[in-house]
Amino acid sequence: MTLAQNSVRFFIGLMFTIGTTFAFANEQHGHEGQHEAHAVHAEGHEAHEEAHGEHDADHGGHGYEGMIDTQEEIQAYKEHHLQDAHDFVLFSDNEKGTHIGFPLPVILWDGETGMHFFMSSKFHHGETVAESNGAFFKLAHGKIVKTDAEGHEELGHPIDFSITKNVLGMLIAGLLMIWMFGSLAKSYKRGPVPTGIGRILEPLVLYVRDEIARPNIGEKHYKKFMSFLLTVFFFIWILNLLGLTPLAFNVTGNIAVTACLALFTFFIVQFSGNKHYWGHIFWMPGVPVPMKIVLAPIEVLGMFTKPFSLLIRLFANITAGHMVLMSLIALTIILKAQFGAVGSTAISLFLSLFISLIELLVAFLQAYIFTMLSSLFIGMAVEDHH
Amino acid sequence: MYNLIGAGLIVIGAGLGLGNIGGKAMEGIARQPEAASKIQTAMIIIGALLEGLAFGALILGK
Repeated sequence: MTLAQNSVRFFIGLMFTIGTTFAFANEQHGHEGQHEAHAVHAEGHEAHEEAHGEHDADHGGHGYEGMIDTQEEIQAYKEHHLQDAHDFVLFSDNEKGTHIGFPLPVILWDGETGMHFFMSSKFHHGETVAESNGAFFKLAHGKIVKTDAEGHEELGHPIDFSITKNVLGMLIAGLLMIWMFGSLAKSYKRGPVPTGIGRILEPLVLYVRDEIARPNIGEKHYKKFMSFLLTVFFFIWILNLLGLTPLAFNVTGNIAVTACLALFTFFIVQFSGNKHYWGHIFWMPGVPVPMKIVLAPIEVLGMFTKPFSLLIRLFANITAGHMVLMSLIALTIILKAQFGAVGSTAISLFLSLFISLIELLVAFLQAYIFTMLSSLFIGMAVEDHH
Repeated sequence: MYNLIGAGLIVIGAGLGLGNIGGKAMEGIARQPEAASKIQTAMIIIGALLEGLAFGALILGK
């Protein structure tokens, strides 16, 4: 590997990170513009502003009259990003009330009126009621509820099969994996050396096999679990990386997704457990009988805490990473008064670039840890007696 | 207020633990460089377990 190749890679990585940071910062741009107006307005009226700020907070802090509580605005921005949504908002201008982004399809099943299919642009970002086949729906705190034509009453909750941000993220990850591994498999037909994307994937697949599955599960049983381990490894890794792109999916930072992944591990461990595994849980060999009785409930609890720690770890790591990244980007606004627009942007860009690079490492590390611990638990379950 | 103090305590504890793990792993690697990869793997696993505990406490405390 030559130095030139390395520097090209570094440059691509750098551009990618900076692009991401700008996309995040741009999203904040609308708020910034508003803040500017607010700052001009508030000049020389500091006492007035304070009073107004409190007033705003009392009203839920949305402040559409041009007065904003910056703190709450940033909090709302963070929460908006960590949650699932029915549309993508790339830029927004709160002053004009415009949002630029693209809608996603909404698929609903309602007991009385049947299936509904429409684009989420009908909601106008939660500001209007959407009509479909004679039924009316509105967005309430990101969830779709059935309502009347004016949108005042809640008539029930339809079953939501919508392609939300998270679902789209998972579909993209799945399609990417099909494409990447499909091309890897095809390249083996041409010869033993993979070409194209397979050159990146082959070492990773071998790494998962030789460093994760083999030593932890054992030579005899590891083959059966390779498909699961590889799928979960690449799925988590790709989703973590997608979370660092400008579209900012937060799929692995959603506790339902990580819980589902941990449930897979849980069921695989329980169903592949041999009699020694169950013996170690309910009737620990080699200890006196009173101890066996004490140990059994603890071991049963351990069956559940293992996947629980898996799900919490992935969820908390990714959520914490996104939160730190967004907080650093919010520095553009918080530090604006002290350092000016250029200075605060420079500080926030430098810090978020640094954290983004760490997040690239964390994205890989969390996929590795999840796969590693899954194979460790599976290894405990299928281990032969000795 | 109290949950913030608790979060601080959790982070102090987790930091101490991670420092211990990392320091001991470094010592081990310095003593036996040929076992570096094995020590690293074990270090990451223990670190992950500790992290899971700390994050669990943080989330439950929130």
